[in-house]
Amino acid sequence: MRSGRLFSLLALTFALSSAPVFTFAQHEENHEAAPATEAAAAHEGHHEEKKEGFNASEVIFGHIGDSHYWHLFDINEHPVSLSLPVIIYHPEKGVEMFSASKFHHGHESYNGYHIEKGMKEKIISEDGASIIDFSVTKNVLSMIISVVLLLWIMLSVAKKYKKNGTMVAPTGFQNALEPVVTFIRDEVGKPNLGNKYMRFMPLLLTVFFFIWINNLLGLLPGGANFTGNIAVTACLALVSFIVMLFSANKHFWGHLFNPPGVPLGIKFLLVPIEFISLFIKPIALMIRLFANILAGHIVILSVISMIFIFGALSKVAGWGFVPVSLAFSIFMFFLELLVAAIQAFIFTNLTAVFLGQAIEEAHHDDHAHAEAGHH
Amino acid sequence: MDLLTPELGLFVWTLIAFLAVFFILRKFAWKPILNSLHERETGIADSIAAAERVKKEMGQLQAENEKIMMEARAQSAQMLKEAKDMKDSIISKAKEETKVVADKMIAEAQQQIQQQKMAALTEVKNEIGKLAVEVAEKVIRKQLATTDSQNDYAKMLTEDIKMN
Repeated sequence: MRSGRLFSLLALTFALSSAPVFTFAQHEENHEAAPATEAAAAHEGHHEEKKEGFNASEVIFGHIGDSHYWHLFDINEHPVSLSLPVIIYHPEKGVEMFSASKFHHGHESYNGYHIEKGMKEKIISEDGASIIDFSVTKNVLSMIISVVLLLWIMLSVAKKYKKNGTMVAPTGFQNALEPVVTFIRDEVGKPNLGNKYMRFMPLLLTVFFFIWINNLLGLLPGGANFTGNIAVTACLALVSFIVMLFSANKHFWGHLFNPPGVPLGIKFLLVPIEFISLFIKPIALMIRLFANILAGHIVILSVISMIFIFGALSKVAGWGFVPVSLAFSIFMFFLELLVAAIQAFIFTNLTAVFLGQAIEEAHHDDHAHAEAGHH
Repeated sequence: MDLLTPELGLFVWTLIAFLAVFFILRKFAWKPILNSLHERETGIADSIAAAERVKKEMGQLQAENEKIMMEARAQSAQMLKEAKDMKDSIISKAKEETKVVADKMIAEAQQQIQQQKMAALTEVKNEIGKLAVEVAEKVIRKQLATTDSQNDYAKMLTEDIKMN
């Protein structure tokens, strides 16, 4: 697990450090190819360096970032994509709703707004107001799909339990789900939360399955990079953090602000550190999931992009690299399947560990502190 | 870096969706699933415990049966032994009794024989005495046939008495 994380981190740094190089190389190519695309680029202002050749960083960052379109594939350089609803809150004009197709793939502005594509796709108000974008983006739509799937699966399984009674052996999907639920209960809930585990099981199970199903949906070709988005992991970490703060007992706060058996001088040093560590916990949760999933997506895309990068150098090199790239990306897909479950488990487990620290009673605190140190 | 700044819109959507999923699943999925899992586990544990108990009881019953059988066997052996002893004792008693009776009869017979023998002997003795007396009478009659011899004898007798 630890080596996998290290590998992902290496891959991330590799991908990020090499991304500007790709972009740079691409710029030069685009300048040479500019006359060919002049006709296409003629009717818009700021969109000249597109099409023709292959821009790996654009593909990769276009995929891992959020978008107001669900891009499926290109036919003859024309993107075939789903236009998603745009919902904008403007401090003066109020809430506005329209389809993203009005932007014509970012080529036109509509109603005083236009799309700006940097590392992220953003809607900018032309009057300079700071707007809030509540659009149903690709990530939001992907999440809605996952939520529907999750609700459908879980509710149908729950119905089976009610219908069949408790003493009947599980059948069908119930069979696949049950070991996972018991795993979360016996390996995550019980060891970390002691006899109060039942209170937190719904949260742990929801967090686990929510992250897992979204990780898996993100691995599908054309899927969104939902759990590799920091807003998402921040939200999940915040929920865990708030639950932790609200369930923390007197013993926890006492240890935090007035550690017993510590000399007064050390207290001045220790309490701020402990206080900071309180906030580091959710931040660690947030960064871990975000970085792992993002890195996985970037690595797979980079490996696949290599085919086209080599293909741009020479056709032979491109075709020659196909087996290598395919083999490596298949390997990465398997790894990511594993990572999808492992990261969901780690997020759930760390949430349980933090909750466990917050609710533990006075007697066995040393043990838990030692355990927290390991993670 | 752009990638590291969370967008508020996505954050809010995620929060809403996650909370909705959480509350729906908590009520309609996790509670029933966890409860039935718990019920099933306790049910299975109970069944196993019950089976174990029944097995133990069966074992106990079997042991008890065996014990009863052993006892019965021992009892029958005992009874047989007793019957044999009784038979032996009856036989020996009967033997003894017959012996006693036989002895008694023999003794009686011997006694009778003795008595008859004695009676016969007495008769023979009486007969012999009578004969002797008769012989003696005849002898004495012959010796004391004269008066002189009678006087001599009387004299001798008186002398005997005087000497005594």
